[in-house]
Amino acid sequence: MSDNRNVWVFVEQDEGTIADVSLELLGKGRELADRLGSELHAILCGSKVEGLAKALIAQGADLVMLADDAELEHYRTLPYARVVTKLVEERKPYIVLFGATASGRDLAPRVASALRTGLTADCTDLQIGDYESRKEAKVYKDLLLQIRPAFGGNLIATIVNPKGRPQMASVREGVMKKSAPDTGRRGKVERVSPRFEASDFALKVISREKRESTVRLKESAVVVAGGAGVAGPAELDLLRELAQVLAGELGASRAAVDAGLVHHDHQVGQTGVTVRPRLYVAAGISGAIQHRAGMDESNKIIAINTDPNAPIFQIADYRIVGDLAEVVPMLVEALRDKAK
Amino acid sequence: MPYRSVVLIKQVPDTHNITGKVMTDEGTIDRGALPAIFNPDDLNALEMALALRDAEGGTVTVLTMGPPAAAAILRESLFRGADEAVLLSDKRFAGADTLATSYALAMAVNKIGAVDLVFAGRQAIDGDTAQVGPQTAEKLGMPQITWAEAILGIGGRKITVRRAIDRGTETVECALPCLLTVVGSANAPRPASVRRRIEYKLAATSMEYKALLAKWPEFGDEAALDAWLGERKLRIPVWSAADIGAESERLGLAGSPTQVYKVNFVVLEGTESKDVPPTREGIASLVDELVREYIVG
Repeated sequence: MSDNRNVWVFVEQDEGTIADVSLELLGKGRELADRLGSELHAILCGSKVEGLAKALIAQGADLVMLADDAELEHYRTLPYARVVTKLVEERKPYIVLFGATASGRDLAPRVASALRTGLTADCTDLQIGDYESRKEAKVYKDLLLQIRPAFGGNLIATIVNPKGRPQMASVREGVMKKSAPDTGRRGKVERVSPRFEASDFALKVISREKRESTVRLKESAVVVAGGAGVAGPAELDLLRELAQVLAGELGASRAAVDAGLVHHDHQVGQTGVTVRPRLYVAAGISGAIQHRAGMDESNKIIAINTDPNAPIFQIADYRIVGDLAEVVPMLVEALRDKAK
Repeated sequence: MPYRSVVLIKQVPDTHNITGKVMTDEGTIDRGALPAIFNPDDLNALEMALALRDAEGGTVTVLTMGPPAAAAILRESLFRGADEAVLLSDKRFAGADTLATSYALAMAVNKIGAVDLVFAGRQAIDGDTAQVGPQTAEKLGMPQITWAEAILGIGGRKITVRRAIDRGTETVECALPCLLTVVGSANAPRPASVRRRIEYKLAATSMEYKALLAKWPEFGDEAALDAWLGERKLRIPVWSAADIGAESERLGLAGSPTQVYKVNFVVLEGTESKDVPPTREGIASLVDELVREYIVG
């Protein structure tokens, strides 16, 4: 194991656009590297993507490792895993972070398995701290503390990887805050030449069908979200109407998505989107921690629930114990009256 | 043409009711203390494998790693149409993280041998990591197709699959053998068939013989029961760490790089909050306040 304590971020780009989550992770990575007194490095894979390196340096990277190759134009597991695994084996970073996108959640476990190291998915916080192993009577200094809700959201677990290197974690989009870019920052760009094997091309992409999501949860100042307490499409329409009156976006807990009421694009929480709106209305949402992880930094929270003991009430600014089918129309009416 | 498929399934605790009583000193979960269910996405993986077999021929083997009680989901798979079931069970598997789990599963798939396709659910509801599928594929040296929605075609040594990506879908063609992880929206899993439920009712692992004999003493002893089940192809094999040729240091807690450092029960900070009565007047005054404080309007 080498002594360098560098922090790496795998940067995801699609057709020349850097994923938001990668920029957010660079901010967090910068913070961790500063705490460790080490450097922040970015891995950028793609075809003709050199122009993106500047933005990564502005976001905090000291070095951008640029793997520019026609074979890397679109994400595919094996060629990408080849590049990342080889770089890690050669340079031995201390920490590697991935965005928990569809591609990131495909790539990170493949790489972790090849490196035989640990990986923690969907972290909601990352810190540097010491870990005392009672079993070994030993203190591990400055480990990556990987914090995530666990077990149906009833618990918050802090996971460590005392011996495996690198320490790897993934984080969902929106969980970390993007820092302001500093265009004056200096950093290096280094080209790395991938060497592939024939077996890396066992899978071919035949076609892609992009469906532009019209859901703008992250940017919305108001989110009206429904959960298990939404009895059906008719009640969901009430929430849509409220969202419309408030010029907001419709959100949902996992329960509502799993019940088939709304598309996953609307899901707020650990396995959905993290939002910080001015106003969050939680209707028929009990408030499991995975959901709260995605909305508890909202400026004001209104909770509507028939169960006075629902956990959501404990983080709500306004508690309405009642049936959403009655309360929501009253809200719509009162807002319309006010607008007159 | 017929394909040999293996479906990786998991029995998961029903995560809705959890108390401190189910936590061990190491911070792991005492799964025995909770009601257990068939992981939902794994039912979609099983359905995809069964539908392929029904169309092309071949066999479907379900494989799970877990405690003796995990035989319940193997039986459930047999009721739904699986041809064979294997339980991977050994104290040495206990406490495994995704890396150690995928190692054991890959060794077991290798023991089954000559496998064309491995199916797994996208993720399990207890951990939600979605890591075991890709990690098992890596250990098997197979390409992976994650978030599979549908098999569009299969012929010879190639499969065409539609998979979900962020904001859309992608159609990929992949050489066999390969591993697919299947999303919950992929299909509607078939229910257990009544005929198969009767046929496989007594399917059991040797770990369950004691309980079976207590219920049906007329079978005599374990050897007689074993022979009776064997004749009827109702014996569910149990494989240990030694059976799959696994290296001990790569299994269970010992083989798991990640450790649970601490677990906190969620303590909610009491925010200063107001009760709003669910009446017209209550709601109207709430809206007044929101407008006054520039939250809305």
